[in-house]
This record gives sequence, structure tokens and C-alpha cells, in this order.
Amino acid sequence: MSALNSTATLFERLLIGDVVALARAISILETRDDRSDALANRLHGHAGKARVIGFTGPPGSGKSTLINAYVARLRAAGERVAILAVDPSSPLSGGSILGDRTRMGEHNADTGVFIRSIAARGYPGGLALSIPVILDAVDAAGWPTVILETVGAGQSENEIVEFADVKVVLNAPGLGDDIQAIKAGILEIADVLVVNKSDLPLADQTTYQLQAMLELRGSRFQSVSIVKTTAIEHKGLEELDQAITDKLTTTANISPEQRRFQRLPALLRRRVDAMFRARLDSLAPDKVNTICNDVRSGKISIDSAAANLADLAFKVKN
Amino acid sequence: MIGQQIRVLVTKIGFDGHDRGSRVVAAYLRDASMEVIYTPPWQKIEEVVALALQEDVDVIGISSLASDHLIVPDLMDALEDAGLEHIGVVVGGIVPDKEHTSLKNAGVARIFGPGASREDIVNGVTELGTRVRTAKLSEGDFI
Repeated sequence: MSALNSTATLFERLLIGDVVALARAISILETRDDRSDALANRLHGHAGKARVIGFTGPPGSGKSTLINAYVARLRAAGERVAILAVDPSSPLSGGSILGDRTRMGEHNADTGVFIRSIAARGYPGGLALSIPVILDAVDAAGWPTVILETVGAGQSENEIVEFADVKVVLNAPGLGDDIQAIKAGILEIADVLVVNKSDLPLADQTTYQLQAMLELRGSRFQSVSIVKTTAIEHKGLEELDQAITDKLTTTANISPEQRRFQRLPALLRRRVDAMFRARLDSLAPDKVNTICNDVRSGKISIDSAAANLADLAFKVKN
Repeated sequence: MIGQQIRVLVTKIGFDGHDRGSRVVAAYLRDASMEVIYTPPWQKIEEVVALALQEDVDVIGISSLASDHLIVPDLMDALEDAGLEHIGVVVGGIVPDKEHTSLKNAGVARIFGPGASREDIVNGVTELGTRVRTAKLSEGDFI
């Protein structure tokens, strides 16, 4: 007898906080078939209550370690926390090693913490395709705070913006000069900029560069805070907590309905992405070849070839 | 197609810290398209149960090089208590021949000894993982 065999449905059990049901629901949502769509539709109406805190930053900057330390602080205050940790999938095999839990071991057996490792499965942007519906599931299951950890992000993994109430962007000392700091990219999306590993010699320099960047940017960036942490020693957490809490108070009055509505465009865009991609992939190779040959022979331009291909893909029946 | 990637927890219980084997096997399984949740050694049984539950894994691989396989039957009991007996459990490493029967009796699906090849391990875990995943994702009412 599996734990899921009972008279209540998975959906009903998830709503009353059954962790086995939530874990299984996430697996179903990741499969993206008709049943997962039906489940996602039901879950959406029950979401919107959770506060979402996003953590992003380059690989090795200490995202998992800082989350581990921050969660310890939230737990000491009695708060229940769910963590969705996204890691990359292999471009070669599609498999992945999900190692974020390695840094979060102290919360393994704590029933007040739910951790799920999620593979990006080739989806760009720093998060997985199913993240919005998984977020809805965790939210509907009654977890009041959800921490969303992106894959190691470079300069363009900005998707966290669409789902997080607070965006925490980590920097490690010595990764680049002041030109890196003024480039466009994930630094611009931060509500809280963290210089982690601040026990390292170049930490002060990195902090000054970030401060200078914010000053140059003017008023829109006035509310961004810079916090120095040493996650592995649990240092700087009070300041981090304060910065996150300050930002959260500005979104505290948003109703669940409004919150769902805010996340909706990103959710829909991902659905369309997946739908269109599947249709494009299902086109018969000879149809694609015909269009390619028309470009090769100079009969049509690349622009019209792309438009023709898109037209064909739109017409594919699911 | 049901559920795409097989999810496997690769971990070590007990006091043994020799983790090279578990890392190599984790990489084998990743290269065979699986999603591997990897942990450092020294996990408690209750932690393995919590991880398996939250991560909804299909297979648990226990690496044992210094007689930690002797507590695998305790893990099997703990999994059953948590309602997770559908998960396939395999053990890899050093397990003396005379102890194979007791592990099998406790419900361990496969034991991969020192001579096991990459192919043996990947095929064994794929077969087990596919069976578990197919069964669990087709059971029950979802909504």
C-alpha cells in the first residue's frame, strides 16, 4: 500500500498540507501532460498567499549556503519555509546532479522545512519551465514562505523577477572589476545585493563597486540595499533578514487574487512557449526541409521562411 | 511517456565517509539521463526518509564500503513506516556474499558489488526506476 492510496484525492490531500501529496504533485506537474494541466488548473485558484523570496547569483557565489543559514534564522523564529532549488540539466544527456541539498543538510529532517530539488530540463532563464505551477502547488499546500533558488546565473537569467516578491542577488568578491558592476544584467533586478564570502580580501572592493554602481544609477535604485554576509559562518544574517523584511512589507497588502494575477503573464508565456515548441518539434522533417531548400535556392528570405515555419507550427493539432 | 526522467537519491548512511564511489555512480546515472539527488555521507536514516519523501524519488542508492549495509534493513523499515515502500532500494559497494540474502529479504532490489560495470549499474537502476515511476504516476485520483 502506497501512502497515496486513500479515499481522498491527491489534490484534496495537498490542500490540507500532506507533504507526500505535495511531493507527488510536483512530480506530476513536471511531467507536463494532460493530467498535470488539469492539476495545475485546480491548484492555481488556491495559490497567491505565499511570499516568494528569490535568490540568484553566479555559480559558487554561495546561494545554497546562504539559504541554509537564512532558513536556520527563520526556523529559530518559528517560521515554516519551503525551498525550490533549481539546478541545470546536462545538455548532453538531459540528466542532472541536484546538489543544492548538500549545503542545506541541517534542515533535512526538520518537518518545518520542505526542500525540493528541480532540474531546469533545458529551459533557459535560470528557472525550470514548470516553476510557476510548482510554486502554485507549494503555495496551495499552505507553505507561507517559499524560497526560490535559481541555477547559477550569469548576466541574463532574469526570470526570477516574474515570480519573487523580493529578489536577492549574490556576488562573490573578486569576480570582476567595476566595469562588470555597471553592465546590464542580474545586478539590476536586485532588491537586496549581497556580497557573500565577505571574509575574503576583495570583499570591501566589491562592496564599493556595487555602491558606486547604485549611486550612478540614480533614484530608481535608491531602495536597493547592500548587505555583506559570510554564509558559512552565519554572519550578516540579521542585516540580510532586515533587508528582506523591509522589502516584504511593501508587498504585504497584496491580496492572493492580485498576486496570482501578477504571476499570470509569466505563467501563460511559459505555457505558450512549451506549446509552441512542442508543435514546432512535431513538424514533419520534410516540411522543414522544403522551407530550408527554398531559402537555399534564394526563392524566399530567411524572414519569410521563419514566418512560414511558424504558420505551419500554429496549425499543428495537439 | 510517463514522467520523463527517473529520480534517484544517491547517499550514504552510517559512519563511512568514503564517498568517491557514490560520486562516480551519481555521474554515471546523470549521464544516463537520470536526475540524481546527491548528498554527502553520514546521513541519518530519518534524513534519508525525509529526502526520499520530499524529492519523490523512484530509487534510493546506498553506497556502503565499511559495513554500513548492515543498517539498510533499518532503512527499509523506516521507509515502510513512512509509506514509501514503493521506492526501489539498491546497495552498491562491499557486501559480503553471506549477507546478500538478509538484504534481499529486507527488500533490497539489487546489490552491485566491486565487479559491477557502469552498464550493470545503469541498466539495473533504469529498469527498476522505470517500473517504480510508471506504477506510482498511474496510481490514485489526482483531482
